[in-house]
Amino acid sequence: MNAPLLSVKDLRTVFDTRAGRVYAVDGVNVEVRRGECLGVVGESGSGKSVTFSSVMGLVRSPGRIDGGEITFDGRDLRSLSPQAMRAVRGRDIAMTMQDSLTALNPALTVGEQIGEVLEAHDETLPRARGARQRAIRDRSVEMLLLVGIPSAESRLRQYPHEFSGGMRQRIMIAIALACRPKLLIADEPTTALDVTIQAQVLELITDIRAKLGMSVVLITHDLGVVAEHCDRVMVMYAGQVVEEGPTRDVIGNPAHPYTKGLLGSIPRLSLRGQPIRPIEGQVPDLINLPPQCRFYSRCTVRKEVCKSLISMREAAPGHQARCVRVGKDSQ
Amino acid sequence: MTLAADMPARADSIFRQNLRNFGHNRLAVGSAAVVVLFVLMAIFAPLVAPHDPNETDLFRRLQPPGWADGGEWGYLLGCDALGRDIFSRIIYGTRISIFIGAAVILVATTIGILAGLASGYLRGWVDIVISRLVDILLGFPYLIFAIGLMAMMGPGLVNIILALAYKEWVIPCRVVRGETLVTRELEYVEAARALGASRGHIMMREILPNILSPVIVVATIRMAHVIILEASLSFLGLGVQPPTASWGSMVADGRAFILEAWWVSTFPGLAILLLVLAINVASQGLRDAFDPRFHE
Amino acid sequence: MSLGKLIERLIQLVPVLLGVSLIVFVMMTLTPGDPVQIMIGDQAVTPEQEAAMRRDLGLDRPIVERFFVFLGNAVTGDFGTSFYHRRPVLDVIAERLPATIELSLVALIVALLTSIPLGVLAAIRKNSIFDRIATVGSLLGVSLPGFWFGILLLMLFAVHLHILPVSGRIGYSAEIEPITHLLLIDTLLRGRFDAFLDALSHIILPAITLGLPMTAILMRVTRTSMLEVMRQDYVTFAEAKGLSRRRVIFRHALKNALIPTVSVAAIETGSLLGGNMIVETVFGWPGLGRLVVESIFLRNYPLVQAAVLFYAVTYVLLNFVADILYTVLNPRVKL
Repeated sequence: MNAPLLSVKDLRTVFDTRAGRVYAVDGVNVEVRRGECLGVVGESGSGKSVTFSSVMGLVRSPGRIDGGEITFDGRDLRSLSPQAMRAVRGRDIAMTMQDSLTALNPALTVGEQIGEVLEAHDETLPRARGARQRAIRDRSVEMLLLVGIPSAESRLRQYPHEFSGGMRQRIMIAIALACRPKLLIADEPTTALDVTIQAQVLELITDIRAKLGMSVVLITHDLGVVAEHCDRVMVMYAGQVVEEGPTRDVIGNPAHPYTKGLLGSIPRLSLRGQPIRPIEGQVPDLINLPPQCRFYSRCTVRKEVCKSLISMREAAPGHQARCVRVGKDSQ
Repeated sequence: MTLAADMPARADSIFRQNLRNFGHNRLAVGSAAVVVLFVLMAIFAPLVAPHDPNETDLFRRLQPPGWADGGEWGYLLGCDALGRDIFSRIIYGTRISIFIGAAVILVATTIGILAGLASGYLRGWVDIVISRLVDILLGFPYLIFAIGLMAMMGPGLVNIILALAYKEWVIPCRVVRGETLVTRELEYVEAARALGASRGHIMMREILPNILSPVIVVATIRMAHVIILEASLSFLGLGVQPPTASWGSMVADGRAFILEAWWVSTFPGLAILLLVLAINVASQGLRDAFDPRFHE
Repeated sequence: MSLGKLIERLIQLVPVLLGVSLIVFVMMTLTPGDPVQIMIGDQAVTPEQEAAMRRDLGLDRPIVERFFVFLGNAVTGDFGTSFYHRRPVLDVIAERLPATIELSLVALIVALLTSIPLGVLAAIRKNSIFDRIATVGSLLGVSLPGFWFGILLLMLFAVHLHILPVSGRIGYSAEIEPITHLLLIDTLLRGRFDAFLDALSHIILPAITLGLPMTAILMRVTRTSMLEVMRQDYVTFAEAKGLSRRRVIFRHALKNALIPTVSVAAIETGSLLGGNMIVETVFGWPGLGRLVVESIFLRNYPLVQAAVLFYAVTYVLLNFVADILYTVLNPRVKL
């Protein structure tokens, strides 16, 4: 039971564009333990979403996985056939997306969109057509109630646009959780929502995580969310992990200048709702990367040695950062 | 909106950049070359055509193409029922197709630009009147509208141009109106307004040069349609009158002989297909190069 | 969509229809050329006869009055007498209409059944050989002059291969007592399967010719909108749910991608009307289109006027249907 649920080693995902090859994810290692909530933080383009699209096998052309290992629950996901990968998606690993308005199909009823996941994965459903339909409907109602949507029975026949933003987010969570996945990847679950609704949705995810005993990856811009809901946190910058460790350590005692910058002006204990504050300068062009610290151009404490490749170094037990100023080399 | 403020100064270089993009599309450039070839053929028809297009020779009635039994190489694509050289008639027919196509597009685009600018910039009752008219004209199937007009006006070169232009102007007008509605709100136009430029000056000097790209693209795409429409009218006998060679009427002439002389209809139709296809491919290349929305 | 909204939309059609009628009227009245002179042509007529014709056509009255007479007559279905047939214009049109409707419907069905699968296939195999062939094919489809393509088909299938008839709607031996006046349906209703096949063999080439440009356009629209839809979040989300590829493509993507296809199809059905004239002429199809073309040469002025108005009104109504379909298919758009 001590093996992590998800283990990603040295993942590289590239996009071949006209301008050249973009290294969107460049040698990323991730571990998600059973039952834990991992926060993944970074600016747009840091590779945080692409990393987990890669895990789900959903990288679209012109992107592709160029190397690395993805092991989930003891299985090598990269070696699975597309057919077998579909059986994993939605059943073992589920995902919610940032904007529920665009992620739910506008032309299909909510009932159909929940029901089809069960139809695709649930082997316990009865075979007979009528009984099967009833079972699917009952389970759908149950899921909507679980995520806190009242009068679920009648709402199954409605279309996504007939719901409020918060309700739609709940529906998306209900869809993702319909088959009781072992891992939920929640990609920016609150960005598109009002502050008050954000809190409710996050509480919901945390509650259900406890109830179902699943693991959660929370991809977010919002450090407040991480502080409140995540056991561990991973900070990404320009396609690499730059810092990772227990939430308390990373936020209380950030080791990488980038993380420090992110946390810079946020007053302690009032992190809630704070977006990442932009740091001076720009994310480097991911096409022509010089062999040096990716943060070099924006770093306020850079040194000459930073003009070489930097590996992860241990700041404290279980807490690592990709910076020469940090303790000892962890590899 | 700094980009918008820069636009007048950059419009020219964007235009050039677009042309360069177009130049990289080999298929489109090749098609444009085919179109140019047709235009040259039209202009220099008397020099290119081996025979007088209207010279009849009953001994050569329905003579097969040069490579077939009973054909002569001097009459490459064979002869029609009156013994006229089909190849020469196709060359002269190019004149009709291209002249009418160009004239209709020119007239329609000019009217469309003026009406569209007025509609989009002046707004108010001008916009209401023009937009209503456009809506109503869009209520007609194109060919039927043209056929109806030709039926009433009688055949003839000018009448064809009028019959097609009466409806064609609606298309550039809608494009220009839409673009003008967007452009009139941009900073440089407001700046010109603030400096006291006249409405005419703003429309013609500030707005028009910056919306020309889509207008040109639409004009080329429409030219292909107009050529097919003219050929259709001629096919029905409502176009240019005999003995003037036009592709549509040549195809119609051959209908009576599909049992014994396939070439009479086939080659003029092939000429229409070739020219229209070349224009379509070239204009698609132009659209891809000019309109960033179509980039993938 | 509520009935009230539907009625509201219908009422909005009235000014457009009025405008269309006005244009038809103006077109027929004010264009250069005197209809009476055109009708007379080379025939020898006395001035009295000419004046009588003018009176019959109502051409001696003031123009505004003539418009309202025209409008009133049009609403009551009185389009005057067809000189050539010596019968009311409306009767003549009604007689020819079923053939045109049948041809248009078959062309529409052929176009829909071929363009949508091809468009979807081209989209999901983007940049494949198939996609390239389909793209070239659709370019050819819009560049082919219909009258010429029809003649090529005739030369190939009727003249060379002798497997399809050259012209007409049905063979003499297969003629039957009409019920709906749509022969493909009537032959089946009468249980004459041989006659059905005969009618089918007559309609297939004209229908393909008529439907070809529409097929090309719809294929392109389907491909483009399918590509657009496949990029949407809800398709990614559907894939993240582990649904089968078939379900993602047909249930999630196609259902949305068809929205533009269906409205373009409704609009393009209007352009079938124009194509009818050409195709019916090429294939000797006894429909309204050919009647109009014939009438132009017979200088059958009232019939041409009525037919143009009829086509225009149908076209406006088809555009209206396109609008309604768009709303019905798209649950997001509220009227």
